[in-house]
Amino acid sequence: MAELSAIEAYRILVGSRVRSQLAYRTSFWLNVVTSICVGMVEFLEIYAIFSNVPVFGGLDLRQAALVFALASAGFALAEVVFGQLDTMPTYLRLGRLEVMLVRPMPLMLQLITSDFQLRRLGQLAVSLVIIIAVLPGLHLDYTPATVYLLVITPLTGAAIYAAFFAAAGGLQFFLIDGAEFTSSFVYGGSYAGQLPGSVLIMPVRVLFTFVFPATMTAYVPALLIMGLPGPKFLPAWLGWFAPLFAAWAWLLAWMAWRTGVRRFTGAGG
Amino acid sequence: MFVVSLERVADVTGEPILALEDLHRSFTVRQKIGRVRRRTKVVHAVDGITASIQPGEAVGYIGANGAGKSTTIKMLTGILVPTSGRVRTCGYDPVPQRRQLAREIGVVFGQRSQLWWDLPLRDSFRILGAIHRLPTAEAKARTEQLVDRLALADLLDTPVRQLSLGERMRGEVAAALVHRPRLLVLDEPTIGLDMISKERLRHFLVAERAEFGTTLLLTTHDMGDIERLCDRVLVIDRGRLVFDGTLPSLAERVALQRVLVVDLPEPSPDLQVDAASHIGSDLDGQRQRLAFSPKETTAARVLAEVSAVTEVVDLTLEEPAIEDIVRTLYGVG
Repeated sequence: MAELSAIEAYRILVGSRVRSQLAYRTSFWLNVVTSICVGMVEFLEIYAIFSNVPVFGGLDLRQAALVFALASAGFALAEVVFGQLDTMPTYLRLGRLEVMLVRPMPLMLQLITSDFQLRRLGQLAVSLVIIIAVLPGLHLDYTPATVYLLVITPLTGAAIYAAFFAAAGGLQFFLIDGAEFTSSFVYGGSYAGQLPGSVLIMPVRVLFTFVFPATMTAYVPALLIMGLPGPKFLPAWLGWFAPLFAAWAWLLAWMAWRTGVRRFTGAGG
Repeated sequence: MFVVSLERVADVTGEPILALEDLHRSFTVRQKIGRVRRRTKVVHAVDGITASIQPGEAVGYIGANGAGKSTTIKMLTGILVPTSGRVRTCGYDPVPQRRQLAREIGVVFGQRSQLWWDLPLRDSFRILGAIHRLPTAEAKARTEQLVDRLALADLLDTPVRQLSLGERMRGEVAAALVHRPRLLVLDEPTIGLDMISKERLRHFLVAERAEFGTTLLLTTHDMGDIERLCDRVLVIDRGRLVFDGTLPSLAERVALQRVLVVDLPEPSPDLQVDAASHIGSDLDGQRQRLAFSPKETTAARVLAEVSAVTEVVDLTLEEPAIEDIVRTLYGVG
């Protein structure tokens, strides 16, 4: 008999998680509604700023809303798949990782499939609604390049935020109950990504672009989409290279994760 | 199935399924001594263990808490890298070849569940079959077999979190065997189980080993597990192997005695019975402890003798404590 393919194996894993979440319908929908509320409250923060100033970081409300929604969509996608890595301290404390290590599947894949959070799609829905609502008012030129950027940006954004989750997960191996520290890193990065990058002070702007490329998840590609120039150190053309920044983020994440696992198995850092 | 039979041929060629050579593992522990000063202390959890296990053996690995049992288990299953020395499990170097090794071994951690807490038991088996990439038909057939032998049929649709400890443990053992491992490692499999659950599990393991020749390595605090399941015993103390031999040869060096504790209606003089020796009295003789060797007599016979002399209000039966065995080994050696 032929061995089960890896894809089939993951399908069964993810399928079982999805079924288990849908099994308790009320609880599932409550979670989705909560996730929608979180998305809306986050947007209210942006909205509140614009009720005081007409222009924020060189963008008007519609433009800032597009940045927010693109970043938020990417983050929600990343959270669906990798959000589970947030609970690493619990896994470490309960000794669940040992159990995973004696199974023939990479640890990271077991972790992310161990709790696939569909409810976080609520936030994704909020983001998509905002994008659809603001697009007509932006009077964009729908060239193939614009369409490409609109589609690819949430995906690169998701890849970058996913790398943040993975890197934070790797750090957990070194910290005891370090969830707060790494959460501030992951969620701080997400917040930085939702703001117009131009409002960040210079060192922070550079840090969240060239080290942890949060501004690449939405702001810089959005500048390209809207045909705007970028602020100092963040020229709009960098937006074309967002996938490269995602690759860089994953290199960082891979190193952090590998070092973390090696520390856990006592193989040295 | 053909692949399996080839492996069995390889077994006969005499390569041990587990080989430990001068295995060491130490941990650095930082202790706070004063406000800022720290002292680092090196703890030798496993301190030079050499042993090998042949395919098909059933080996009990015993020792007091903190003796180094779990650390050894972690090293041979690929969870922890040895500080020095060599370990080979099923012909693999455990940590670097962890995933290949994982397909050959099954591990049951008595204190850690490998089942999916919120899913029905059935789903855990399905997911594990997928993780081991078993063809669907093979996974199904094997699961059905295990479900039947471990009497899990009525529990399959129950979420794991609602199972009793004994039920869950049977589920854990089945989960560890779905992929037909050559080596089954059981870390405290009967801890916290009642007598019936223990016995059911032991009965299953004996049958499973007889049919498939699965090698067993188990750590336990329960001498009953050892007596029922193992033909060889390794005793570890403070990271070193202090005994490696058959159960009868362990029994020659240490008295594997049971202790019958009887509560009497009133304070009484020390009981004198033929089948057992009096080893202590509490509460002015209202509670008395009688040691006997299970090879020579039975608890029932000792009790009958005591009952002939006096009334027995209550009784308990104590198995030999691992700590006592280790202590005696030192005394003799």
